[in-house]
Amino acid sequence: MANVFTNIGDWVNERAPGMMPMYRAHMTEYYAPKNFNLWYYFGSLALLVLVNQIVTGIFLTMNYNPSAAGAFASVEYIMRDVEWGWLIRYMHSTGASLFFVVVFLHMFRGIMYGSYKKPRELVWLLGMLIFLVLMAEAFMGYVLPWGNMSFWGAKVIISLFGTIPYIGGDLVEWIMGDFLPADATLNRFFALHVIALPIVLLLLVVLHIAALHEVGSNNPDGVEIKKGPKGNRWDALKPTDGIPFHPYYTVKDLVGVGFFLLIAAFIIFFAPTFGGWFLEHDNFIPANNLATPSHIKPVWYFTPFYAIVRMIPSFLGSAVWGVIAMFGSIGVLFAMPWLDRGKVKSIRYRGTGFKVALGLFVLSFFMLGAVGAGITAEVIPVWFGDIDVTFWENLFGRVMTAIYFGFFAFLWAYTYFGWEKTKPVPERVTTHD
Amino acid sequence: MANEVVDHGRRRFLTATTAVVGGIGIVSAAVPFIKSWEPSARAKAAGAPVTQSLAKIEAGQMLTVSWRSLPVFVLNRTKAQLATLPQVDSRLVDPKSDGASADQQPKYAQNEARSIKPEWLVVIGICTHLGCVPDFVPEIKPEPFDPEWKGGFYCPCHKSRYDLAGRVYAGVPAPKNLPVPPYHFIDDSTIQIGVDPKEAG
Amino acid sequence: MTKRQLLMKRYIFPVALAFSLIVGSVSVHASEEGGLPHAGTNVQDQASLQRGAKLFFNYCVGCHSLKYMRYERIASDLGLTEQDVMQNLNFTGAKFGETVVSHMPEESAAKWFGKAPPDLSLEVRAKGADWVYAYLNSFYLDPSRPVGWNNTVFPNASMPFPLWELQGLQTAEMKPAKAGEDPAVEKLVLSQPGKLTPVQFQQATRDLTAFLEYASEPAALQRHHYGIWVLLFLAFFTFLAAMLKKEYWKDVH
Repeated sequence: MANVFTNIGDWVNERAPGMMPMYRAHMTEYYAPKNFNLWYYFGSLALLVLVNQIVTGIFLTMNYNPSAAGAFASVEYIMRDVEWGWLIRYMHSTGASLFFVVVFLHMFRGIMYGSYKKPRELVWLLGMLIFLVLMAEAFMGYVLPWGNMSFWGAKVIISLFGTIPYIGGDLVEWIMGDFLPADATLNRFFALHVIALPIVLLLLVVLHIAALHEVGSNNPDGVEIKKGPKGNRWDALKPTDGIPFHPYYTVKDLVGVGFFLLIAAFIIFFAPTFGGWFLEHDNFIPANNLATPSHIKPVWYFTPFYAIVRMIPSFLGSAVWGVIAMFGSIGVLFAMPWLDRGKVKSIRYRGTGFKVALGLFVLSFFMLGAVGAGITAEVIPVWFGDIDVTFWENLFGRVMTAIYFGFFAFLWAYTYFGWEKTKPVPERVTTHD
Repeated sequence: MANEVVDHGRRRFLTATTAVVGGIGIVSAAVPFIKSWEPSARAKAAGAPVTQSLAKIEAGQMLTVSWRSLPVFVLNRTKAQLATLPQVDSRLVDPKSDGASADQQPKYAQNEARSIKPEWLVVIGICTHLGCVPDFVPEIKPEPFDPEWKGGFYCPCHKSRYDLAGRVYAGVPAPKNLPVPPYHFIDDSTIQIGVDPKEAG
Repeated sequence: MTKRQLLMKRYIFPVALAFSLIVGSVSVHASEEGGLPHAGTNVQDQASLQRGAKLFFNYCVGCHSLKYMRYERIASDLGLTEQDVMQNLNFTGAKFGETVVSHMPEESAAKWFGKAPPDLSLEVRAKGADWVYAYLNSFYLDPSRPVGWNNTVFPNASMPFPLWELQGLQTAEMKPAKAGEDPAVEKLVLSQPGKLTPVQFQQATRDLTAFLEYASEPAALQRHHYGIWVLLFLAFFTFLAAMLKKEYWKDVH
């Protein structure tokens, strides 16, 4: 029996001799630093969620009706009439939100450990592109159920493009294919969400991992294992502090997968709407262009960026500044490899200023999320009584926006002018788990 | 170096166990996806049993009823028509419906008349050759396709012929008798197509 | 640091994160209802769902559809036979496998009431069980309204109150009128008793709300059941994977 497999293996190997070396290069002989910690689970988890979205997405497409007239009913058809449709739907909606949890944590790891620094700038840039495409993919996916929040969310976000001078109005009409989000909009978003962007996403992920494997992984100490001593128990020529990705990190990531699936399963089976955060209450009402929901807010993962849009006031008769700031808040992340002039990669050995600034940055991100989600608007009157909510929310939000962008400005100045006092970086990785 | 000796046996065992449990997990996870292809509640509702009144169907007349998007012939056979059935037995492939056509009808329709009550024939009007809908040719008179025609169904596509009980003639392309769907009598003048008498009772 | 402490440290973060997320979501959910009475519905209580179904089909289906619910599904989920449902609940003349569609013609309803009675298949999912429960308990007589009724939870609703026989007649005691402001309701009082006592009526509306909560998401009855097995399996699998990892990582120093 085993002979059959060996024979087939030999037959393929004869005709595609590059496959086995590729497997070795990327799995069994890809030497990753041995000190990966908790923050290093999120890359493989992101891949897992991507596979989940694609598989559940394909099955949803089998029963979904991409027309303005039939979309909402088709989702309820999936939830009620299709055998196990409810499970497939919840796996997809939970996966979408968990995708962003995982990706945010994955990106944060990169910032903490300086994984965007030379020679990994390309890995970072490709990752940022993945993030952008993911946001577009998620936005369009949310429109597809054609609930009231789908419609109004689409309307508001597309109108942001209307603020662009001269071309804004035409651009909005071009995106929608109509004078308001309608059948045309839904149809094209369906095509983009189901086919176009997933293909782009898969391509970018392949490039992202390929770029990483070209230069080798970073680690929590920010020490380049390739520059350290050579020779380990598997290979005399490979870095001493490296271990083969397979089996050591495949087996470790499997544990991460188990934990992650436990959390995902809890949500899917016991709290699929997650209190209205993953599946919003207003989206259980069909799209109605005459009735705006009382609180329009985007899904939670867009809230910080949405807050930034709202916090920048109009100048010179145009509201485009908020839109520029919103795209800028992501664009500035692209520039990280060049803003951060520091030589030390990992937060473990960086100056106190960096740690404080990063902490404030994280705080600002959460607080901006609270503003974008309308939490501050709800909470201010409850905590502070009868005060001018808009004024104080704007003040709070603008301070947080300033802190958000301030992090990048500070980081540049801190490292460019040499104000940062770093600690000595060890020669070898420290095996702190 | 604390642990230099690798317990390969233990590794194999743990790997195998984890792989098996993981495999069970993946297969179990696949089940809902595969089952999602089964007919949905909407499809099942559309395929629900159909109730048909027999009151307006006169002797010798046939009504075509749609059930699960299939044409079901409901024929009120006259005494003369019923008398032709034993006369054509020798020209049929499976006159008793217990040979090649054993699976074409429920047990209660496995008789000469292929029905519960002799005068009421209920068959699915889909030719067992390649699926065309046969014509109803009830007149007992010679026909171009059969000089000794005793009435029945004639399929225009490839010339298969069936008698007035839907039984297929020998020497035609169709291999089996016309199928009889599950049905039962709600009362003397109403039938329900899609449910056996046992289930209904 | 001992191995045990190391293990604790590694797992405490994700567990704490997950826990805080869940607690946070629950508290946000609670605060979202903002002052509405707690409905206290339990969709796992089949008897409650059956009573609620009976109320719905007797008092509501005249105007309101449940266009995404099939009679056949209601039967199997509520432990009723086809006969139970077709004889005691089906007043719309639909077949067993068909959906619950009210015979109230939409255009006429819009003319009579000012607004067509909305479909209620997802009402609880959209507004929350507490809101629906409060709404059903907050109707009061209001001669100034075309339908003769008003509602403190949904002011100026176009809906007449079909459950007055059960609750009795509620009227509003108004707050002292302020100049330039609309009159506000101080509280509702039961001016005339109905067939049910106030406690019984609250239970009836609780049952009706529970039925609508079920109708909003029939899958809720099943997902808890499967969820427990899935979680148990995943916990076991994670444990195995952890053992496998530990074994292999003996190689790494």
